[in-house]
Amino acid sequence: MSDHKTMTLTLNVWRQKGPKDPGKFETYTAKNITEHHSFLEMIDVVNEDLIKSGKEPIVFDHDCREGICGMCSQVVNGVPHGGQERTTVCQLHMRKFKDGDTIFIEPWRATAFPIIKDLVVDRSAYDTIIQAGGYTSCHTGGVPDGNAVLIPKPEADYAMDAAECIGCGACAAACPNSSAMLFTSAKVAQMAALPQGKAEAGVRVKAMVEAMQECGFGNCSNHYECQAACPKGINVKFIAKLNREYLKAQF
Amino acid sequence: MILDGKCPTGPIEKTWDKHRFDLKLVNPANKRKYNVIMVGTGLAGGAAAASLGELGYNVQAFCYQDSPRRAHSIAAQGGINAAKNYPNDGDSIYRLFYDTIKGGDFRAREADVWRLAQVSNNIIDQCVAQGVPFARDYAGYLDNRSFGGAQVSRTFFARGQTGQQLLLGAYSALSRQIKAGTVKMYNRREMLDLVVVDGVAKGITCRNLVTGEIESYAADAVCLATGGYVNVFYLSTNAMGCSVTANWKAYKKGAYFANPCYTQIHPTCIPQAGDYQSKLTLMSESLRNDGRCWVPKKKEDLAKHPNEIPEEDRDYYLERKYPSFGNLAPRDIASRAAKEQCDDGRGVGPGGRGVYLDFATSIKRVGADTIKERYGNLFEMYEKITDEDGYKRPMRMYPAPHYSMGGLWVDYNLQSSIPGLFVLGEANFSVHGANRLGASALMQGLADGYFVIPYTIGGYLATVKPGTVQTDNPEFKKSVEDVQNYSKKLLSINGKKTVSEFMRELGSLMWDNCGMARSKESLEENLKKIPALREEFWKNVKVSGSGADLNQDLENAGRTADFLEFGELLCRDAHHRNESCGGHFRTEYQTEDGEAQRDDENYCYVGAWEFKGDGKDPELHKEPLRFENVHLAVRSYK
Repeated sequence: MSDHKTMTLTLNVWRQKGPKDPGKFETYTAKNITEHHSFLEMIDVVNEDLIKSGKEPIVFDHDCREGICGMCSQVVNGVPHGGQERTTVCQLHMRKFKDGDTIFIEPWRATAFPIIKDLVVDRSAYDTIIQAGGYTSCHTGGVPDGNAVLIPKPEADYAMDAAECIGCGACAAACPNSSAMLFTSAKVAQMAALPQGKAEAGVRVKAMVEAMQECGFGNCSNHYECQAACPKGINVKFIAKLNREYLKAQF
Repeated sequence: MILDGKCPTGPIEKTWDKHRFDLKLVNPANKRKYNVIMVGTGLAGGAAAASLGELGYNVQAFCYQDSPRRAHSIAAQGGINAAKNYPNDGDSIYRLFYDTIKGGDFRAREADVWRLAQVSNNIIDQCVAQGVPFARDYAGYLDNRSFGGAQVSRTFFARGQTGQQLLLGAYSALSRQIKAGTVKMYNRREMLDLVVVDGVAKGITCRNLVTGEIESYAADAVCLATGGYVNVFYLSTNAMGCSVTANWKAYKKGAYFANPCYTQIHPTCIPQAGDYQSKLTLMSESLRNDGRCWVPKKKEDLAKHPNEIPEEDRDYYLERKYPSFGNLAPRDIASRAAKEQCDDGRGVGPGGRGVYLDFATSIKRVGADTIKERYGNLFEMYEKITDEDGYKRPMRMYPAPHYSMGGLWVDYNLQSSIPGLFVLGEANFSVHGANRLGASALMQGLADGYFVIPYTIGGYLATVKPGTVQTDNPEFKKSVEDVQNYSKKLLSINGKKTVSEFMRELGSLMWDNCGMARSKESLEENLKKIPALREEFWKNVKVSGSGADLNQDLENAGRTADFLEFGELLCRDAHHRNESCGGHFRTEYQTEDGEAQRDDENYCYVGAWEFKGDGKDPELHKEPLRFENVHLAVRSYK
């Protein structure tokens, strides 16, 4: 369509056949990339070339490509999602790179996220944490009118700030301890802030923290790498909230 | 054949209550003997799996993503409608019912739409109880905004991420049931066949996307909540993995496909920037609460910076054409109006395919901070994609495929033409007629999942003996072999063109000849070109890798193969419907001022297609539509 200057980039991409196979970096050249390509569209271009030359394309998770489903998960030049503030890798655009750049692309690295193939990891541990208690135990039907229990705006806003988490796993991938504290705390804080979630707050926080530890995630030692990597800007203040809720639940 | 939707009769406001009472029940001790399969875990499937599990049924749920939390319902931005009338502005169940029937251009069933409007209020209560953080005012009451096609404020929202919050609510309810053991969740599975035994749906065949294994699952009833098919246009607002595959496989096993030509083109999406592009991104309709659509009046102004074009030289075309609804005209109408301006040579941006959505007036009125609070994440997303600041210069927008009103035919109980196969949410055709109003998709998904299927599936299961068919039945073995052979065939062609080249070609045929405007000639062109493209696909596609592990190229090849068949059915349906209605706009059938011209005398029916075998013409069945409460009228938003 429009007439843009194109870029040529060198990619070093982690390729790994399966969970038990050794992986290694392979080098590819991405040609004819414009500033309007998204990062994943740039990989699409490389994959088309790979398929045509009879090689297997790079496997990576992605779906909505608008930054909300949480499926995409790549470490770009050492940073989960590539380092643009509040941006998933699917929303990262090539205008952030220069012609001739070399880019390293790796999967999430955390013990609790085993690699399935290439850039795809298994994040079912996050589901396990939610299953442990990330809900209110309300039944379908038989609930009061939506306005029966008032929730002042600041509390609703606080809950919404926490609820924006997309469960992508960048927080654990960025953490030197592979901790899932930011993820877990976002759900704990959302629920604990709302009157509907308060009744089970104690049981919930204990169960979710236990599940997090059993899944093999480390603990929080206040590096704040999670907040820096989070594409939704989830704040570490929710970890403090989790700690308070956890302590309260002990007594 | 004349189809019977089995709608209850009598006064419309009693229909659902009466029907619920008339449905047979399965007693609590017997529920655990029944197995139910749920394919898809978006709003409809997730809500349904959670609710059925809680009732005591054994549910097996499937999704192609790595977690049920990722279904594309998550991307819905603006809101969900309900007839709560909290703002005291004259809303009621009847008004929501009326607006939806009219918004659908009189091509939906009255009884289904009534039920939707009735349960809409329960949905809001349910979501609040789950901890969905809807927007509230300082006193703590739920807040509302306006959406297209309505003159009341009935849309509930959670910033610009309403779909996400509702989906995470359903996902939390589902997670609770998974923990309780009533739902067994299968992630990274794609349904590739429906297993029908003696004419009754009894299970599915899936590909385990990680191991490549072809697996069988049996149940007493199968539910599809597998979403829509607008990725047939290649570029759409749908997620990359959204496909027609599950529905198409069911169609080929005997489920009728209804109104496939009713596709929604959403008026406000970020215009395409290049040929490499993989998808289009929607900007919520809620933006039209505060944004005004315009194009320059004079062509010579097109090259100017929009802020330099004086007020008197701007054409606020929606406000001009539809003074009573203005910028909140329904989607089909707003999309066509945008196309009209661009066709007239007054479109802005690359290729002249764009209109401005301008917030300057609202920013002046309420301040940039308020606008930021209402739509901040949307402005951010716009800037990431276009590198332009929507607060400082008007956004550029162009319509894009967004939603499918058509889908598998279902009766009032959401049961398809195959006994035991139920279809929920966007995957069915039932409530939106020929055009869906904004904030109604979330409402329908959750209505079907929380408040319809839990009742209606019981009415079916009460008539069936549980566990009669297991996966050792020969039909399962045959289905697995069919699926394996199909994959092998795809992998063995080893041609010259990639899957995505075929999909792009199909997409441009669909968009050019069967998009926002269709004609007899353009459709006939597609009815020739699509079969030819399909033939070429099966001779010349190149699919890499093997079937024995995670192979996204193979997944896409299967989905593309189905779209290449389905696209033809869509065009066939559009070709047979010699009228314009809602999202189906045939250029031959329009009024003098360019509005859709319905033909109620000849086309006031649901068109449902029956598969008759590969290479044979499908058969059209009709379900006549009766309007006893809302009178058939020319739809006007002027």
